[in-house]
Amino acid sequence: MTALELSRLQFAVVTVYHYLFVPLSISLSALTAGLQTVWWRTRDDRYSRATLLAGKLLTATFAVGVVTGLVQEFQFGLSWSAFAQYYGDVFGPTLAIEGMLAFFLEATFLGLWWFGRDRLRPGLHLATIWVVAIGTLVSAYVILAANAFMQHPVGAATDPATGRAVLGSFGALLTNPVVVASFPHTIAGAFMSGGALLMAIGMWRRRDDAEQAPTWRVLARVGAWTTLVGGTAVSLTGDALGKVMTAVQPMKMAAAEALYETTGHAPFSLVAIQLPGMAQPWSLDVPWLLSFLATGDPTATVQGIDDLQRRYELQFGPGDYTPWIPVAYWTFRLMIGLGVLATGIAAYVLWRTRRGREFTPTWFADRWLLRFLWVLPVLPTAAATFGWLFTETARQPWLVFGLFRTHDGVSPTLTPIELTASLAGFALVYGVLAVVWVRLVLHVSRREPAPLHPTSGTEQEPEPVLEMSY
Amino acid sequence: MDVLWFALAVLCWVLFLALEGFDFGVGMLAPVLGRDDHERGAAIRTVGPVWDGNEVWLVAAIGVTFAAFPAWYAALLSGLYLPMVLVLLALAARGVAIEFRGKVDTPAWRRRCEVTLAVSSFLTAGLFGAVVAVATTGLALDPAGAVVGTGLERSLAPLLSWPALAGAVLGVLAALVQGTTFLGLRTTGPVRVRAQRVAVAAAVAAAVGAAGVGVAVGGFAALFAGVIALLAVATAVAAGWRYEGAAFAAATLGVVGAVVAAFTAHVPVVLPSTLDPASSLTISGAAASPYALTVITVGAVLILPGVLAYQAFSYWVFRRRVASERIAA
Repeated sequence: MTALELSRLQFAVVTVYHYLFVPLSISLSALTAGLQTVWWRTRDDRYSRATLLAGKLLTATFAVGVVTGLVQEFQFGLSWSAFAQYYGDVFGPTLAIEGMLAFFLEATFLGLWWFGRDRLRPGLHLATIWVVAIGTLVSAYVILAANAFMQHPVGAATDPATGRAVLGSFGALLTNPVVVASFPHTIAGAFMSGGALLMAIGMWRRRDDAEQAPTWRVLARVGAWTTLVGGTAVSLTGDALGKVMTAVQPMKMAAAEALYETTGHAPFSLVAIQLPGMAQPWSLDVPWLLSFLATGDPTATVQGIDDLQRRYELQFGPGDYTPWIPVAYWTFRLMIGLGVLATGIAAYVLWRTRRGREFTPTWFADRWLLRFLWVLPVLPTAAATFGWLFTETARQPWLVFGLFRTHDGVSPTLTPIELTASLAGFALVYGVLAVVWVRLVLHVSRREPAPLHPTSGTEQEPEPVLEMSY
Repeated sequence: MDVLWFALAVLCWVLFLALEGFDFGVGMLAPVLGRDDHERGAAIRTVGPVWDGNEVWLVAAIGVTFAAFPAWYAALLSGLYLPMVLVLLALAARGVAIEFRGKVDTPAWRRRCEVTLAVSSFLTAGLFGAVVAVATTGLALDPAGAVVGTGLERSLAPLLSWPALAGAVLGVLAALVQGTTFLGLRTTGPVRVRAQRVAVAAAVAAAVGAAGVGVAVGGFAALFAGVIALLAVATAVAAGWRYEGAAFAAATLGVVGAVVAAFTAHVPVVLPSTLDPASSLTISGAAASPYALTVITVGAVLILPGVLAYQAFSYWVFRRRVASERIAA
C-alpha cells in the first residue's frame, strides 16, 4: 500500500476505535449522574448500587477514551502534517478550547468523583459527576464543530498567498448548520450505546442474582428507556441532519442511495441485490421516501451521481468526485437498520417487564433475547461506527469539502515502512486494550453491585486523622 | 501577540511536564518502593485522583501549539513520527494501567498493571526527555518547513543522537527526583522512608547530569544548567534533612527551569534546522493568523484561571497523606 493509503487506514482505525468508547463515556457519565440524583433524592438503595456500577463502567471506559483520544490530538501532525499546516487556524483553536474548556473538567472532576466518595459532602459529590457529564457534552460539541468544518467549511477562507485556511469567525464555526444538526444526532446515538449496555447487563444479571434483582431491574429498565428514547431521538435528528447534508453535500445523499440519475419522487431502497448476469439490480423500494428524506418533500427532485460528477468537474476541474458507492450505500443502511433493531428490542424489554413484572422467558423471542444479550450493546455502537464510516467516506475525495483534497493532506515525507510500523503498534496496543476492557466490564458486572457509600455494617474503622501533606 | 502565544504554549508544556513528571516518577517507583500490595496501592493512590487532570495539560499544550503555531506542530510531530507514536502508545498503556489496577481484586492482575505502569512510565519519561532535547537541538528542516529524509532512519536517527540520549537519561532522572520527593510528601510509613532515601541519590545524580549538560553546551546556557544543578543539590539536601515540602518544591522548580530553558534556548527560533539556519522555524514564521490567536487568547484568559482553581481544589481535597494500611490493595 502507498503512504497515503496507509495514512488513511491508520486514521480510520484509531478514530473508529476511539469512537467505540466515546459514546459510552458521554452517556454513562450522564446516566451515572442521573442515577445518583435519584439516589440523592430518595435514598433508595437500589439506585445507590446502580450508580456505583454505572460509575465503574464509566471510569473504565473513560480511561480508554482518554488515552485513545490523546492519539487523535497528535494524528493531524503525525501523518497529516500538510493538512495540519493548512487547517491549523481552524482545528487548533477548536482542539485548544476543547481541552481547556471541557477535557480538564472531565478529567479533574471524574477523579474527584471516584476518589472523593468519602471526602466530599454528598451534594458536592453529586455535583462533581454532573460536571463530568456536562464536560463530555461540551467536548462533543466542539469536536463535532471541527468535523462539521470538514463537511461544510464555514467561518474560514483559504488565503491565496500562503495556501492556508484563515479563520474568519469562530462563532460561525460553532454555529455551522452541520454541527447544529449533527450534535443532537450524535448525542442521541451515544445514549443508545450506554443505555443498551446497562439494559444488557441488567437483563443478564437479574436472572442469576436473586438477592440484588431489584438493582439489576433498575439498570435494565433505565437502560431500556434510555435506548428507546435515544433511538427515537436519533431517527428524528437523523432526518434533520439528512436534509442539511443534502443541501451542503448532495453527492453524499446520492451516494447513500446509489442514485445515479437525477430523479423526482425518488424511492428509497431497503436492500438491493446485484447478481452476475443481471442488467439492473433488484431492490425493495419504498416509493418517494428518498425525496422525503432528502428534502422533506416526497415529490422533490434528488440530484443523481452522474449529474453531480459533471457539475463538480465544471466547478473544480477534471477529476473523480464520486465516493465509494457500495460502502456509502451499505453503511447508510446498516446504520439505520441496527439502530432501529436496538430501539425495537428496548421497546420489547420495557413491555415485557412493565409494571413490576418479572421477566420470565416464556416465548420464543424471550429465549432468543436472553441468548443474544451480549449483542445488545454491540448494536448501537456498530450503528454509530457505520454512521461515521458513511459520513467520512462519502465526503471523499475531499478532506475539507470543496477546498482541500485528501491526497494533499498527508505528511509529505512519511514512508510506508514507518506507517506500517506505527499501524502495527496501534493494532497491538489497541487490541490488548479492547480485550482487557471487555474482561473488565464482564468482571464488574459479575460481582454483586456495592452501594455507592459503604454502609455502617461493613465500614472500615474510622479514618485515622492523617497529617496534612501540604 | 505571537510572543504572548509562544509564552502560553511554553507555559502549557511546562505545566504538563512538571505535573506529569511526578506521575511518571510515581509510576516507575511504586512497584519498587512498595513491598506489598498495600504499599504499592498507597503509592499509586497518591496520583490516582490527579494524574488524568495533569495529563490533560498535554492536550492543552498540543492544542495551543497546533492553534498558535501550526507549522511548528506539523514539523515536530511528522519529523519525530515514530518516537511520538511510541510516546502515545506508552501513555495509553500507562493511563489504562493506573485506572484498571483497582478494578479487579486479584494480586496477579494488580501485578500486571503495576509492571505495565512502571515500564510505560519509564518509557514516557525517557522519550519526552529525548524529544525535548531533539526539539532543542533541531531537526533536518528544509526551507518549506518539512523534515528531510525518508524511511525509518529519518524518524529514528534523531533519537539515537547524543543529545537525545542525554535528554532521555535526564528525563528519567527528573521524573525519579520528582516522584520520590512527591511520595515522601504524600505517604506514610516505610514507603515514605524509602522514597526519601532514593530521592537523595536521584537528586545527586540529576545534579551531576545537569552540570554535565552545562559543561557540554557552554556559554549562557551553562549558567542555566548550573542553576538547575544547584536546585537538584538543594533537593538532595532538603530530602536528606526531611524537609519534604521544600524537597518537592526544589525538584519541581528544577524541572520547570529545565523545560523553560529548552523551549526558549533559541528564541525567536522555535525549531532550529540542522541543515540551514535560514530554514529554522521562528515564532512569527510559524504563527497562526491574528484572529485565531485572538480566539484562543480570549478562551485561555476566560478558562485557564478556572482550570487552575479547580485543579488546586482537587489537590486540596486529596491533601491528606495516603496510609498503606487503609488502601484495600
